[in-house]
Amino acid sequence: MDRDSSAAKPAFYNEMYQADGSVRGHYAAYAEWLEDKRVEYLLQKQREADALYTRLGITFAVYGEETGVERAIPFDIIPRILDAAAWSKIHDGACQRVRALNAFLRDIYHDQDIVRAGIVPPEYVTGNSLYRPEMRGFTVPGGVYVHVAGVDIVQTGGDEFFVLEDNLRTPSGVSYMLENRNMMMRLFPELFSRMSVAPIDHYADLLLENLRAVAPAGRTDPVVVVLTPGPYNSAYFEHAFLAQQMGVELVEGQDLFVADQQVHMRTTRGPKRVDVIYRRIDDDFLDPLAFRPDSVLGVAGLFSVYRAGNVTLANAIGTGVADDKSTYIYVPEMIRFYLGEEPILQNVQTWQLRKPEELGYVLSHLPELVVKEVQGSGGYGMLVGPTASREQIASFRRRIEAEPAKYIAQPTIALSACPTFCGSSIAARHVDLRPYVLSGKATTLVPGALTRVALREGSLVVNSSQGGGTKDTWVLEQ
Amino acid sequence: MLSRVANSLYWISRHVERAENTARMLDVTYRMSMLPYRVLESGQAWSEPWALPLVISGLATAYYERYPGALSPNKVLRFMVLDPLNPSSIYSCIHSARENARTVRGAITSEMYEDLNALWLNLHTQSFESIAAEGISEFFDYIKMQSHQFRGVTIGTMLRDEGYHFIRLGTFIERADNTARILDVKYHTLLPSVSDVGGAVDYYQWGALLRSVSAFDAYRKVYRDVITPMRVIELLVLRDDVPRSLHVCMNEIYQILSGLADASSLEPERLAGELHAQLHYGRAEKIITFGLHEYLMNFLDKLHSLNQEINQHFLVPVYAQAQAQAQAVSR
Repeated sequence: MDRDSSAAKPAFYNEMYQADGSVRGHYAAYAEWLEDKRVEYLLQKQREADALYTRLGITFAVYGEETGVERAIPFDIIPRILDAAAWSKIHDGACQRVRALNAFLRDIYHDQDIVRAGIVPPEYVTGNSLYRPEMRGFTVPGGVYVHVAGVDIVQTGGDEFFVLEDNLRTPSGVSYMLENRNMMMRLFPELFSRMSVAPIDHYADLLLENLRAVAPAGRTDPVVVVLTPGPYNSAYFEHAFLAQQMGVELVEGQDLFVADQQVHMRTTRGPKRVDVIYRRIDDDFLDPLAFRPDSVLGVAGLFSVYRAGNVTLANAIGTGVADDKSTYIYVPEMIRFYLGEEPILQNVQTWQLRKPEELGYVLSHLPELVVKEVQGSGGYGMLVGPTASREQIASFRRRIEAEPAKYIAQPTIALSACPTFCGSSIAARHVDLRPYVLSGKATTLVPGALTRVALREGSLVVNSSQGGGTKDTWVLEQ
Repeated sequence: MLSRVANSLYWISRHVERAENTARMLDVTYRMSMLPYRVLESGQAWSEPWALPLVISGLATAYYERYPGALSPNKVLRFMVLDPLNPSSIYSCIHSARENARTVRGAITSEMYEDLNALWLNLHTQSFESIAAEGISEFFDYIKMQSHQFRGVTIGTMLRDEGYHFIRLGTFIERADNTARILDVKYHTLLPSVSDVGGAVDYYQWGALLRSVSAFDAYRKVYRDVITPMRVIELLVLRDDVPRSLHVCMNEIYQILSGLADASSLEPERLAGELHAQLHYGRAEKIITFGLHEYLMNFLDKLHSLNQEINQHFLVPVYAQAQAQAQAVSR
């Protein structure tokens, strides 16, 4: 079918087409298949996919709307394809990063060598509100703090990848990675016989294996559970999905109780001890005795059992300090410091406005830059220079000048774009990539990731709450 | 298996079964309302056919609170079919079944979830007007067929593990409860005093009772004769080959509980065994002498106790240790 003429616009990297309009090598087989497909055919497949997602109940809850509203996350039927070389870089780079971050967490909750070496300032460690003093001196099984990490990566050129953010608390979205693949195999089985796409469906096995590997010492055949805040959480589908795929119980706080310094679950055969909890509840809500006393989602006494080494939490408590924007800046240094390696994936250039010379540069380049609050998230307290009005820039400038240390700045990044089915044609839309790195037995990941796509033309916002969708991500085998 | 999960499974099937029974009951009432009926005791709630579904479900008070004024077929239908504020309406039952299924997706098969979810998505978009336009009887048929389908999908796809047994348990507990209630209220309506037993009965009314529990054809096959109260009691209480009889329900419940019982959960099995024996060795004449109403009230009481034992042993257990912990927290 015809493609949108804007697809080859050169302002950003187009993953499928070269600037002259010819198809890049790793998309050749797909392009050949796509060539004789009519819009009606694609439209029918797209409808089939949408109907299946709704019927299967693969939905996310939308906060702030009528209670109980669930939506199917928009899914695009055109895959995002990565060649083996690109994948190998992403794989090695993401694993390297997570190994360094685990070492960093182990260090800051023990001797703090990296602070004493003068690499990370103490106010960014112990002075960070996400640092958990309760974790000082406590050694987690295997020294693993982050068992599941989501590393957000953007591509800007054929071989250029940058890490935007590390998600080290309870990263979500992996169920979409897995379900998107199932959907593509259901819709286009013939494509999988034409192209050798690396399989990802062993993710749950790998996750379970890693979780069992970090059970408290001496537990043979450890019992693993997934702890969810409950069916009204936006990611509940995923919690249930992962528990089912691993063949373990999906528990809520009310299912667990502490007795004799052990965590037990209430079963139809009486109490049963739990060894590893893959928790999808934030630190604050885990234990009303140790953290927020008003939490009804957690388990009273859980933290004391955890500190006694009688149950393992994945991820560990207190990992938030390492995925903060202020800590992000130091990840390349962490890689050098702990691993003695050079970073494989680069950070996005970041100016720290607490440094006078960087502040000066940023203030004179505000219209080109993105300025973010160090502690902010979800797009709040943020200036996007290229789209901001003169007044907005002026008022933001005054805020920066008042408290420069509160801010960081980054260049506006030209996210790569992938062909996306837009109902009547195929057009380029911007994408990012989130692979899920598992640690426990070893640090590893399956050859795949969640690709999020900004469905609105020109948009760089890939969040599902703001018009973002997902694609299946294909890693081609050599 | 987690107690909470077992509890949800149990209530998935209870709610689906209840939706089906409500659909049956309303359908029969609807059909009967098109025939002339005898006012047996005017002024009594049960003298009016449209009050029967409310009395049987124990919802008469709730109904009058929600819809004050004269009883009307339309209002009863609205209340029993789509009213989200009536926890036993077909709408609420399917909603609860689907919400329970959603919370225990990992414990049921994807076919079961897809089936219930599709039913909910359809029901969710219906209005009373859209149902009336399609035909109310067609709607009840649809609900009945969906319930059959869900049961079939459950039996056809689910691993025969503990979860399966709790789903089946919910079906038969709800069914036994429903058959006993229908029989009690209908019998009461038809025969206001026990001395009337053996007197003239309205063929249509008895037919309706049998139809509302899908036993009309069974009656004809078994007896090939006119409908008598004694035979109806035998059919719906004592026979072990009529799918909705109390005996068949207790057969299933006893078997399931024997399979689930371990050293710490013998009481539910014992209670079920006792109820089962009472039906297994029962005689219709004795029941009539004892009084059908008293007999059924006694049965429902025991079923209620059994349900409580099932809760304590399997579904919502209270442990001494957990209680101690909870007290420590509140201190």
